[in-house]
Amino acid sequence: MNTLRLMAVFFRISVLNETAYRVNFFLQLLQSLLELGTALAGLAVIFSYTNNLGGWSPNEMLALVGVYFLVGGIISLVIQPGMSALIDSVRDGTLDFTLTKPENAQLLVSIQRVAIWSLLDLLMGIGVLVTALVRLGQTIGVAEAAGFIGMLLAGGVIVYSFWLILASLSFWFVRVENLLEIFQSMYQAGRWPVSLYPGWLRFALTFIVPVAFATSVPAEALTGRLGGPTLLGALGLAILLSAVARLVWRLGLRHYSGASA
Amino acid sequence: MNVLEELRSLLRLYGQQFKTTFATMVQYRASLFIWMIAQVLEPLVYLIVWSTVSNGSGGSVGGYTAQGFAGYYLALMLVNQVTYTWVMYEYEYRVRQGGLSFALLKPVHPIHSDISDNLSSKLVTMPILLVVTVILAFIFHPTAPLTLWAVLAFIPALILAFLVRFLLEWTLALAAFWTTRVAAINQVYFILMLFLAGQIAPLTLFPQWIQVLADILPFRWMLGFPVELVLGRLTQVQAFEGLAIQAAWVILALVLVRLVWRAGVRVYSAVGA
Repeated sequence: MNTLRLMAVFFRISVLNETAYRVNFFLQLLQSLLELGTALAGLAVIFSYTNNLGGWSPNEMLALVGVYFLVGGIISLVIQPGMSALIDSVRDGTLDFTLTKPENAQLLVSIQRVAIWSLLDLLMGIGVLVTALVRLGQTIGVAEAAGFIGMLLAGGVIVYSFWLILASLSFWFVRVENLLEIFQSMYQAGRWPVSLYPGWLRFALTFIVPVAFATSVPAEALTGRLGGPTLLGALGLAILLSAVARLVWRLGLRHYSGASA
Repeated sequence: MNVLEELRSLLRLYGQQFKTTFATMVQYRASLFIWMIAQVLEPLVYLIVWSTVSNGSGGSVGGYTAQGFAGYYLALMLVNQVTYTWVMYEYEYRVRQGGLSFALLKPVHPIHSDISDNLSSKLVTMPILLVVTVILAFIFHPTAPLTLWAVLAFIPALILAFLVRFLLEWTLALAAFWTTRVAAINQVYFILMLFLAGQIAPLTLFPQWIQVLADILPFRWMLGFPVELVLGRLTQVQAFEGLAIQAAWVILALVLVRLVWRAGVRVYSAVGA
């Protein structure tokens, strides 16, 4: 409950900050629409030559694009801004101010910045996803829907934990922004089902930089492609990674000496 | 100053810039690595997607087999590496932060240091990308019917493609003189590039009207044309026509650079930087 209240507060502050720059809204809207249009046009070109891409029908691919924008929106809405701010505050020593607050510091750093215009990507992703679901119709049962929501949550936890681990490395190393960039540049590969990729690339996208869990796995759950083992594996990894992230964060905090200490 | 002397001093400038750029790149090794990922991953993903389509539709799509697509996208990756620029990202920064003022004080046109910086950093990155290409070639077995004349014609096509792309993107970068929100402009440009230069798919896979559009606009001549040429997918007549069109774009782009630069510098000083 307290967590939700804090989130609402940070969100409200971001809204107040950003509404001073209203032109940004229209620019972001334009850019998001262009990006979505490009993704859809790309699919149109491909599906003018085939009616399934490695076993994925046009509507199933549409669902994947929806998930891609939805998760990408969440990442650029809170995860990326918060983790960048964490790295900066460790370097500048301003993390002191966060640590002195009577709340869980991990929670505070994770939600401290909200790039509200990224809500557009998130909403667009949901829109595309709903369109795809309507078109897919009755092929989606309760099991698929439950699996999808479960995998989306697991994917979110995995991505968040991954970012927190990398950002926490800033307690030991000064320049870690670059590591975060790697995720961003590899995320584009998540717009396609990982099953298309050769084994080595699939491995890299699953276990080195967990892009697959963010987009492909939820979409596979939705389209009834996911077996029990993968489902359990994803849930297990989510729990494991969040524990590791918590551990790395704590060790990092112990290593942190502040600005003037 | 006679032409020869002028040329010699420019060469010295390029040599000096190479040393500076090289030192900078050694310093920013990590950024270099991340740049590599982006540079390789995008064509690699389309290579895989189109190979899948090709294998799923009886082994060939629009004249390309899976190996044909591999050849296309590996060639595209290399041509893109030679021709791409990053001036559009830098100019906004230069104009906003006033870094351009220093460049204006120098007795040579600022475009020279950008060209030499571009070429220098590619001298460093090209060997790495060639190694990556060889590794990918072992994985994806690209095929292309190479012919001697096409390979020879590819050399001027590549140089012209670099010139067209560099000059036009440098001109576009100057948009920063008039607006600080160049991100949206750049995005539109990249999308046009994606579709009309042959990045998302070889241009012959698009409907006729898009191919006509691609012939009229400059994008194909900056990237797709040299790729098609070296892969032996063009006739000799098409190749010569293409080279002529590229040459025309270079001339047009040179005029554009001069005009926009003059107008832009005037705006810049008017702001009072």
